Amino acid sequence: MTAADRQPLLRVHGLKCSFGQAEVLHGVHLDVFPGEIVSLIGANGAGKSTTLMCISRIHRAAGRIEFAGEDLSRLAPEQVVRRGLVQVPEGRRIFPRLTVRENLEMGAFIRSDRDGIAADLDRIFGMFPILKERAAQQGGTLSGGEQQMLAIGRALMSRPKMLMMDEPSMGIAPILVAKIFDTVRNVLRAQGMTILLVEQNANAALRMSDRAYVLETGNIVLSGTGDELLRDPRVRAAYLGH
Amino acid sequence: MQRAVAAAEQLAILALARADGLPAFAADGALSSWEVFGQQLVTGLSNGMIIALIAIGYTMVYGIVELINFAHGDLCMLGAFFALTAVGALGMSEWGGAGGAVGLVSLLVATAFFCGALNWSINRLAYRPLRKASKLSLLVSAIGASFILVNLGLFWGGMPMDVFAGGNSSAAPKAFPALVEPEPAAHLGDVIVSRPDVLVLLVTVPLMGALTWLVRFTKLGKAMRAVAQNPTAAALMGIDVERVIGATFFIGGSLGGFATVVYSIYNQTVSFQMGYRMGMDAFIAAVLGGIGNLPGAVLGGLLIGVVRAMSDQYIETRWTNAVVFGILILILVFRPSGLLGAKLREKV
Repeated sequence: MTAADRQPLLRVHGLKCSFGQAEVLHGVHLDVFPGEIVSLIGANGAGKSTTLMCISRIHRAAGRIEFAGEDLSRLAPEQVVRRGLVQVPEGRRIFPRLTVRENLEMGAFIRSDRDGIAADLDRIFGMFPILKERAAQQGGTLSGGEQQMLAIGRALMSRPKMLMMDEPSMGIAPILVAKIFDTVRNVLRAQGMTILLVEQNANAALRMSDRAYVLETGNIVLSGTGDELLRDPRVRAAYLGH
Repeated sequence: MQRAVAAAEQLAILALARADGLPAFAADGALSSWEVFGQQLVTGLSNGMIIALIAIGYTMVYGIVELINFAHGDLCMLGAFFALTAVGALGMSEWGGAGGAVGLVSLLVATAFFCGALNWSINRLAYRPLRKASKLSLLVSAIGASFILVNLGLFWGGMPMDVFAGGNSSAAPKAFPALVEPEPAAHLGDVIVSRPDVLVLLVTVPLMGALTWLVRFTKLGKAMRAVAQNPTAAALMGIDVERVIGATFFIGGSLGGFATVVYSIYNQTVSFQMGYRMGMDAFIAAVLGGIGNLPGAVLGGLLIGVVRAMSDQYIETRWTNAVVFGILILILVFRPSGLLGAKLREKV
């Protein structure tokens, strides 16, 4: 790789976040390079979702967040999306009383190129045909797995440079988990999408990731390639159930 | 009470106009019971449409920030003072014909803009800094904003202008010129539809249609619904949530501005206390229809307008407020989500 390739697309440095008196992130560092899939694993309450919400600027945080060389730490959430960094949030957070199509249109809120939006809508419907069938249905009537597809499609509608996905497998039927992981691994990777993935299913996450970080009570305690961490005895004991 | 009196006066005027036009009147001069009912129905529906337009302002704001904006009625009151000032300064009551029509449309638009901008500013100053505070703080701030507006109205009423009686009694009700004369426009059988009734229809129905279109089909309208349903997700989609909330306040306020001009023409009087009545009627209408629900606000407004008119006629005007507030209590006890509201939410 050339030096230019080694510029991280996302660099998080010394990220600290507090809720009231309690500091929940104590200085998180992580880098995501262009085209990589990087996962962030850890137990419940370790601060994984908080990390993503801080990067999206929903939560206030101290420390540096650089995206494509630009400091995000003073931007509003919608400006982060405009820079090309978009999140598929935990619990999907689709708009329950908007139709599937309207949900996807809201994903394209920052765009005004009608033709491009229509083309991307077709692309998402091609990726997840069930969404096309349900286009006129209210989002809240979809099953959990369908809602997850909708949440991913909605995020892609903004044409992001990078996706952050928070627990895409949570509360979803196994067959749809497989479909979603397959989409991440094959479709999005093939398109060169850069992804930061938060997952409780550490095994599946590490298998599809180039690199990973382990977050424990607000600190990054381990990092390495997906394979390295899959073999790491500490990871095996704590997260893989061996 | 002022409106009840104004409505009774109007009925008397209409009865006189009728008596002039139709000599073959019943010997005792009384309207038949069905004619009285029909006439009150027309009055009730007209007032109901005005209430509905104001109720939409409550329900839109509640839908997006879960706040009962208690300043909304008083905002409409200030809109009436603004309109009266404009009418007085420009001598609009003397304008006739096409000039009068253009003037009336301009007055409606200017007052709508005034109320929209004022509502936007109230949100910016009194509500937005409390976005992360408890809903109760927000409610108290709304009540405070309401008091400030009422006092501004009291101050405004003392302006040394002819329309404000030279500023001699700032608290006294002011006569609002009959920009649209309360003359019959149409007869439905023996029931008279007056020109102000027609004005109400011409203003409220297109506005409700335009609002429905805006909320259902435009990007802003979809963003408003998205923010109402999940503000965090909306922000994560690149929607500037505060801007959408500001736009909602502006639109809700401007509908109140349209409503207040029509209300003032219809009832021919304005006072610094009118906001309380307008606000309470509209708030009850919004709750009756299901707060947060736009068609519900219209349905609730029409029902409250008709109930008021019927209570004035068949019970007694002095019991009308008790009847309307009784309805509020019954809804809150038996169907807190309102007639069209689907699910129960915590109300503030």
